[in-house]
Amino acid sequence: MNHLIVVPFVLPALVATALLIGAREDLSRQRTVGVASVLALVVTSIVLLVQASNGPSSYAIGNWPAPFGIVLVLDRLSAMMVALTSFIALVAILYAINGWDARGKHFHVLFQFQLVGINGAFLTGDIFNLFVCFEVMLISSYGLMLHGDGAWRLKAGFQYVTLNLIGSSLFLIAVGLIYAATGTLNLADLSGRLAALAPGDVALLRTGALLLFAVFAIKSAIVPLHWWLPGTYGAASAPVAALFALLTKVGAYSILRFHSVAFSGNEAGVSAALTAVLMPAAAVTLVLGAIGVLASRSMLELASYSVIASMGTLLLAGAGLEPRQLTAALYYMLHSTLIGAALFLLVDVTAAGRGRAGDRLTPTHRMPNASLLGLLFLLAGIASVGLPPLSGFIGKLAILDSLRTPGMGTVAWTAILASSLLMIAGYARAGSTLFWAACEEPKTADHEPSAKTPLAPVVIVAVLIGLSAALSVLGGGAMTDLEATAREMSTPSIYIDAVLRKTISQVP
Amino acid sequence: MELLLSSAIGILMAVGVYLLLERRMLPVIVGLTFVSYSVNLFLLAMGRLTIDKPPIIRPGITDYTDPLPQALVLTAIVIAFGMTALIVVLGLRAYLETGSDAAEVERTDMVREFGSVGQKDGR
Repeated sequence: MNHLIVVPFVLPALVATALLIGAREDLSRQRTVGVASVLALVVTSIVLLVQASNGPSSYAIGNWPAPFGIVLVLDRLSAMMVALTSFIALVAILYAINGWDARGKHFHVLFQFQLVGINGAFLTGDIFNLFVCFEVMLISSYGLMLHGDGAWRLKAGFQYVTLNLIGSSLFLIAVGLIYAATGTLNLADLSGRLAALAPGDVALLRTGALLLFAVFAIKSAIVPLHWWLPGTYGAASAPVAALFALLTKVGAYSILRFHSVAFSGNEAGVSAALTAVLMPAAAVTLVLGAIGVLASRSMLELASYSVIASMGTLLLAGAGLEPRQLTAALYYMLHSTLIGAALFLLVDVTAAGRGRAGDRLTPTHRMPNASLLGLLFLLAGIASVGLPPLSGFIGKLAILDSLRTPGMGTVAWTAILASSLLMIAGYARAGSTLFWAACEEPKTADHEPSAKTPLAPVVIVAVLIGLSAALSVLGGGAMTDLEATAREMSTPSIYIDAVLRKTISQVP
Repeated sequence: MELLLSSAIGILMAVGVYLLLERRMLPVIVGLTFVSYSVNLFLLAMGRLTIDKPPIIRPGITDYTDPLPQALVLTAIVIAFGMTALIVVLGLRAYLETGSDAAEVERTDMVREFGSVGQKDGR
């Protein structure tokens, strides 16, 4: 058995507990241990990525065989998501140790627990275990979101917690319905049982499955379940918002995973119903996100609605199960996570230099390092909107290319092209207000900017945008790799064999 | 039995949803607990309703009750308990700091801080 699979799940949990017990008051030790843990995760995830390219493998926790015990499954998709997680976590924690983590207690403990939840959700092969990982992820995200001061943040947090508790209740109902209809909660086992479903249970299963996808839609902020995102991301501190860029991807990953493994064969009509609902919803999400970008009054709203628009774009391609669509969706997933994180960090760096104007899109005095920050904003905007030469362009091009079917294809093309135009206008307006409409008024006490822009955060943002450029330059290699991932996803028997075959050989 | 359980699930859920639609924090919290009670009963019913049957395999017995939903419910109860404790504290602190029990955020309250210079030991 490949014991490395549990590391991304267990290591942060151990580190978090150790920090809580051993370094409650010692911030510098917390920082060292936290960064070391994330670095170890980055190394582990790279090794896992190499291992996953040789085919999927599964890990039975406690050595309980698969349909009965809980399994962790490593395949190309989960390895890619774990690698993305550890990388974004590295960026976020390096940004946070510049001072954000000192604003409240236990930042590093919550951060590690957050990684437990996210990695667990990516690796698990069991529906109820996914629920537990979601809860771990959410309860630490509540803590991280409230990190810092501000009474209004408590209320924004209250709304976020309430919404997610309702989501969790729906998740449990869906789990119950699926278990009642099929008698299993193992993802690989589920797909086999669907074929032999009693006719009376079909409606039960379809209700459960679509309810489950509704819960994932809440997580991935798909219209009409998107309204929580701007408030939540706007209330979170910058490094936390960057990490939260992953939370929406957990929702998208779950949709892709469940659709491709368990419901791919259109048993009980789930796949057809899902595609029929998801495509229009994603198109509306994209357009609404673009309108939000155009209408935003602050940089945080701009970044939040960009995330919503990117989720729409991603799931336009991710609604189907064709390898070409999945390849494009996965490429866009990598791109949008990097750029989403970069945008939230950039908002923080820029707004810090604007005195009381903060992140509001109003002209203010000239800020320090305006040209450097302006350049970064331009590049982030180009990547986010999808203009050449950065990765957003290749991502959108691949999605457009994969959706050349009459009918929904036309809708998708219109939505993507129209929303790109809206977003270009939105970013151009925001950028010119922020960086060009500066008035040269004398500095008053109210408008006293920070003395200088700190170097480390700027470098981190630049690295993220550089990665988007690298994803674009090395686009060919990345696409070939993602094509292999997409092929693996569109052949669910590979995943199912990896989980269940082992069981048969182990059980005497 | 079926009528009793299903009406209990339905009534609890109805009460929970009604309270969730309130605009104040305390009813919302109580509503969430009602919803979680209803969901727990629902999960239990998903293992089919059987009475006086053992959950663990023993020789000579053919009828069993399904132990898995019970394990799921136990986990769900623990998680719901933790979440309720968290949201009670959250609601209480929001009430103490803002002096109101309203669940909405006033736009004018939202003053954000950016950057992290000079905050290195701001605890």
